[in-house]
Amino acid sequence: MVEDWALLGVVLALLSIATGAGQWLKRQTSMRLDERSVSTFNSRVQAWWFFSIVLGFAFFQPKLTVILFGLLSFWALREFITLTPTSTGDHRALFWVFFLFTPLQFVLVAFDFYAFYSILIPVYAFLFIAARVAVSGDFQHFLERVAKIQFGLLICVYCLSFAPALLYIKCKNMEGNFANARLLFFFVTIVLFSELLQFLCNRLFGKHLIAETIDSNRTWEGLLGGAAATAVVGLGLYWATPFPYWWQAGAMSITISIMASAGAMTMAAIKRDRGEVTSGTLIEGHGGVLSRIDAICFAAPVFYHVTRYFFGAA
Amino acid sequence: MITETLLTWTARFISGVSVRWVDSQPDTCQRVYFANHTSHLDGILVWSALPTPVRRLTRPIAAKDYWERGFVRRHLHQVFNALLIDRKEIKVHQSPIDLMLREIGDTHSLILFPEGSRSPGHEIGEFKSGLYYLSKKRPELELIPVHINNMNRILPRGEYLPVPMLSSLTFGPPIWLEAGEPKLEFLARAREAVVSLKDQ
Repeated sequence: MVEDWALLGVVLALLSIATGAGQWLKRQTSMRLDERSVSTFNSRVQAWWFFSIVLGFAFFQPKLTVILFGLLSFWALREFITLTPTSTGDHRALFWVFFLFTPLQFVLVAFDFYAFYSILIPVYAFLFIAARVAVSGDFQHFLERVAKIQFGLLICVYCLSFAPALLYIKCKNMEGNFANARLLFFFVTIVLFSELLQFLCNRLFGKHLIAETIDSNRTWEGLLGGAAATAVVGLGLYWATPFPYWWQAGAMSITISIMASAGAMTMAAIKRDRGEVTSGTLIEGHGGVLSRIDAICFAAPVFYHVTRYFFGAA
Repeated sequence: MITETLLTWTARFISGVSVRWVDSQPDTCQRVYFANHTSHLDGILVWSALPTPVRRLTRPIAAKDYWERGFVRRHLHQVFNALLIDRKEIKVHQSPIDLMLREIGDTHSLILFPEGSRSPGHEIGEFKSGLYYLSKKRPELELIPVHINNMNRILPRGEYLPVPMLSSLTFGPPIWLEAGEPKLEFLARAREAVVSLKDQ
C-alpha cells in the first residue's frame, strides 16, 4: 500500500520536474538549442502525462487500461497504414486487420489467454494476411505489400499489447493487490524516462553518431549514457518492483532503455523512408501517436518475456 | 437529430478526418462546395465537416436512383436534406441546374462533385459542365473548392467495408465565374483550384 502511493508520488514529482525543464529549455534562446528537439522533448513529456493518467486507471480497473491501450493501438495502426502505401488489393485484408485482429488481441489480453494472444498475430494473422492478399488477385509487389501490413500489425498491436499484459503476469514476489499495476507503472516510467535521459546524454556527451542518415541526434554516448542513467533511476524505484534483488531492477532498466532506443531508431527509419510528404496533412491534426509509442512498442514484449522467464511464478 | 449526430460522428471516426480551412472561413452565406469524388462517403464527409449552423443550410446533391431505394437510404437522404437529381431522365424543361437553383432558393448551399462519378485512380478527373451553368445563372454564388485526401483508400470504388485510415479535408478560398469566361477555361480553373489544395 505504501509502495503504491510512493510510486505515484515519485512519478508525479518526476513528471513535474520534466515539465518544468521542458518549459525552461523552450525559453532558452541563447543556448542555440535545436528548436525541433526541444519540442520533441516537450511532446514526449506530454505523452508521459497522458500515459500516467491512463495508467492511474490500472490500479482500479485493469480492464479499462487494456481497453485504452487497445484504442491507442488502433490509432497507431491507422497512422502506420496511412503512411504506408497500400493498393486496392489489400483492402479486404486491412479490414480484418483493423476490425478482427486488433480488438481480438486486446480481448485475449484482458482475459489473460496467454497461450492464444502470444501467437495470434505472429502465426494466424501473419498467414491470414498473406493468403487474403493473394486471394485478391493483385500480385504486384506482393511480398512488399504483405510485409508492410504484417509489420504494422506486429508493432502497433502485438508488441504494444504486452504493456497492458503486464497487469496479468504472475510473479513469485508479488505482494499486495496492486503489484501488477506497479509493474506496469514501473515499465512505462522507465521507458519514458530513458527517452528523456538519452535526449539529455546526446546533448551533453554526444560525439559518435549511430546512423546519421536516420537520426542526426542519436549517438553511442547517448545510448550508453542514457542506459546507465536509466539504470540508476530503475535502482531508485527497485522497491516498487517484484524483482527480488536491487541489481535486477537496474538490469531490467538497461534492457528497457536499449529496446526503447531501438524502437525509436526503427520508427525514425520508417519515417525517413516515407518522407514527411505523406505525413503532412494526414497525420498533422492528430498529434502523431505512432512516434510517441515507438519506444514502448519495442520494449514491452521484451520486458514482459524477460520478467516472465526469470521471475514468473511456476 | 439523433441520426445526424450519429452519422457525423461515425463519418468522422471511420475517416479519421482532419479538416482545414486554407484562406477560407466557414460561413452561412450561399455557397457551392465542389470536391473531388473518390468514395461513397465523400458527401457525408464534407457535409459533416461543416459547423452545425452551416451544415443545416447545406444540401448535398445525390443521385435519385440510388437514394430512393429502400427505407434506410430514404431516411438518410432526408437527414442530409439531400437534393436528389434524376440521372436517368433529364428533361429539357426540367434541367438539373434549374431544379437545384429552385430548391436552394436564396438560403441554402450545395455540395457537389463535378467529376460526375467517383474517379477510380489518384488523378482528379475532368469536371462536367454543371458547375459552369450553375454559376452562369447565379454568378454571385461563392464557389468553394474542397480537396478530399485519402478517402479512395478508406472506401475504394467497389468496396462496401471501410478501412479506418486517416484522411484530410481542405477547404480553399472561393472562386467565381468571371464575366465572359469560356466554359472549358472556367472548368479547368475550378479543377486546378481543387488540385492545388492537395499540397497546401
